[in-house]
Amino acid sequence: MIEKLSVVEGVAVPLERAQVDTDQIIPAEFLKRVTKTGFDDALFYAWRQDPDFVLNDPAFANPAVLIAGADFGTGSSREHAVWALRDYGFKAVISPRFGDIFRGNAGKQGFLAAQVAEDAVESMWDIIREQPGIAASVDLVSKTVTLGTLSVPFQIDDYTRWRLLEGLDDIALTLRDEPAISRFEKTRQAWLPRTLPAQ
Amino acid sequence: MIEFRAPPRGSWQERGSTVGRTLAEKVWDDHIVAKGTNGAPDLLYIDLHLIHEVTSPQAFDGLRMAGRPVRRPDLTIATEDHNTPTLNITKQIADPISRIQIETLRRNCEEFGVRLHPLGDIEQGIVHVVGPQLGLTMPGITVVCGDSHTSTHGAFGAIAFGIGTSEVEHVLATQTLPLMPFKTMAVTVEGELREGVTAKDIILAVIAKIGTGGGQGYVIEYRGSTIRALSMEGRMTICNMSIEAGARAGMVAPDQTTYDYLKDKPHAPTGEDWDAALAYWNTLPTDEDAQFDAEVFLDANELEPFVTWGTNPGQGVLLSDSIPHPESFEDPNEQASARRALEYMDLAAGTRMKDIRVDAVFMGSCTNSRIEDLRAFASIIKGKKKADGVRVMVVPGSARVRLEAEAEGIDKVVTEFGAEWRFAGCSMCLGMNPDQLAPGERCASTSNRNFEGRQGKGGRTHLVSPLVAAATAVRGTLSGPWDLEEAQ
Repeated sequence: MIEKLSVVEGVAVPLERAQVDTDQIIPAEFLKRVTKTGFDDALFYAWRQDPDFVLNDPAFANPAVLIAGADFGTGSSREHAVWALRDYGFKAVISPRFGDIFRGNAGKQGFLAAQVAEDAVESMWDIIREQPGIAASVDLVSKTVTLGTLSVPFQIDDYTRWRLLEGLDDIALTLRDEPAISRFEKTRQAWLPRTLPAQ
Repeated sequence: MIEFRAPPRGSWQERGSTVGRTLAEKVWDDHIVAKGTNGAPDLLYIDLHLIHEVTSPQAFDGLRMAGRPVRRPDLTIATEDHNTPTLNITKQIADPISRIQIETLRRNCEEFGVRLHPLGDIEQGIVHVVGPQLGLTMPGITVVCGDSHTSTHGAFGAIAFGIGTSEVEHVLATQTLPLMPFKTMAVTVEGELREGVTAKDIILAVIAKIGTGGGQGYVIEYRGSTIRALSMEGRMTICNMSIEAGARAGMVAPDQTTYDYLKDKPHAPTGEDWDAALAYWNTLPTDEDAQFDAEVFLDANELEPFVTWGTNPGQGVLLSDSIPHPESFEDPNEQASARRALEYMDLAAGTRMKDIRVDAVFMGSCTNSRIEDLRAFASIIKGKKKADGVRVMVVPGSARVRLEAEAEGIDKVVTEFGAEWRFAGCSMCLGMNPDQLAPGERCASTSNRNFEGRQGKGGRTHLVSPLVAAATAVRGTLSGPWDLEEAQ
């Protein structure tokens, strides 16, 4: 179950790096837990050891919107990357390009991954440099990010947008198609792989 | 060396049926349970779901909370690989958090009726080695796993891709996934590989050219005479690292090499079923008049061993080359990435790759831990001693690969060389078990990711082929097999 989402607002945090892979978002040592929450301490764990890392700046103590360089969330499929961002307080991430699996995981978790033009991200970094702690507003209805006087459109696929706006659970949606799944199963070939003996 | 042509246009589903279809499109079409309308995704049937301990516990929890069963335990299989130790495997796992995760998988498999190959079992091993060796991975099927290197299975002509934990739960509950149609990219490799150049060098060269984001939104089909000449192991290595080029899936059309590999595997079809399957598989290769959304060409004759110098898999050069200067990149973001990477790697631009000294060599991972990889590694080190001060670890991909290698005497070659012969698992590819680099240590690794801290906090990774790993272990500096001959 996910909550309905329409507008996300709060402190915007600049992550002025491209190609932030999911190993950086949450290192593998934190993937041993069997829960879905409690990952806030693990977010950007290695980078946070550096006192100059942006999350250690008091201006960004209550973050909500992460503004990152291109190819955010590439690499490993770990959904823990989304859980860690969410547990830390983030509700949305903005980037010119996302790793495909990360973007999918975000959508499933009701976490907004908004794709904007590359120069828009740089303009946002400029604005935050002038006004650290400024809040961003990410509006899923109008598909716009607003930061101070800057307002730019973002891209998100229509289906994910609709699901987030309605707060719909993917599995429940799919189970509406249960008759079609059963019909499909009757047509599957006998030679397809089976991991267990036929019952 | 590579031409990049990208005529962007709508998916094949919008083109109508007048033109031919690619391999990926055929497999997709044959798995549509419900066609998406008005921008909704297609609902695709999943033929094979692979599970491991790291990305599944929260998915099983979700099922329990919703009171849902596993819809098709007979299409699901689990193994233990990421967390498992590669030494003393009969003892209790020392790290209590790792132990709990393994025990949780065992409990979940028991409760939901899922077949599990636990540590110590003959079929235990890296999930992407286990599926193919059991014959569960077949042409024309859909394969998913909560692991991005699921793309490996595309080597058989399957659509295979990594998923997140929410999707693992989705597949457990429904045996389907809602998916948006992808775009298709052809990577065509023509010509003959020089001796000492391998599948790993091809894929590292592809990633360096198109970049770590170049494949985003695409399924890559690897084609051409060079790919056709590769063994299944080589094809798996290439498809494995499709994700490092940003593509969720990579594929190779099935052919006689595929069928020869698959025949007589434990789960391969037999008798009339084999004939029926073969007739279907032969319809899968891309039609002559099919169109790809993007095409990349590579001349195999020009390839040499490829190695990475930075902290993403696209930051690679020929082994005979030097580390590029950050200013040589056009994109300011790439310049910044290169500068940060050199700082992390403690390397200077202009340094010859062959002058880089390593502390460790890791031979393993789902990219390069199959029997052919171990044979290649052993062929170079046989009768030699490892370089002083270099720690060399050889980790077979599965318990069965380990046994097969031991039957050929590879374990003896490895230990006489002075290297460690370990039990199967993901091991130092991501260091979730005790196999890790110490801070500042430098490693030549046959794995797939050179991200910061990937092999251990502060560890520095150079991605290489098994042949380069072996030659590097002999000399202590990044080396190719040719360098050993010159030294003699």
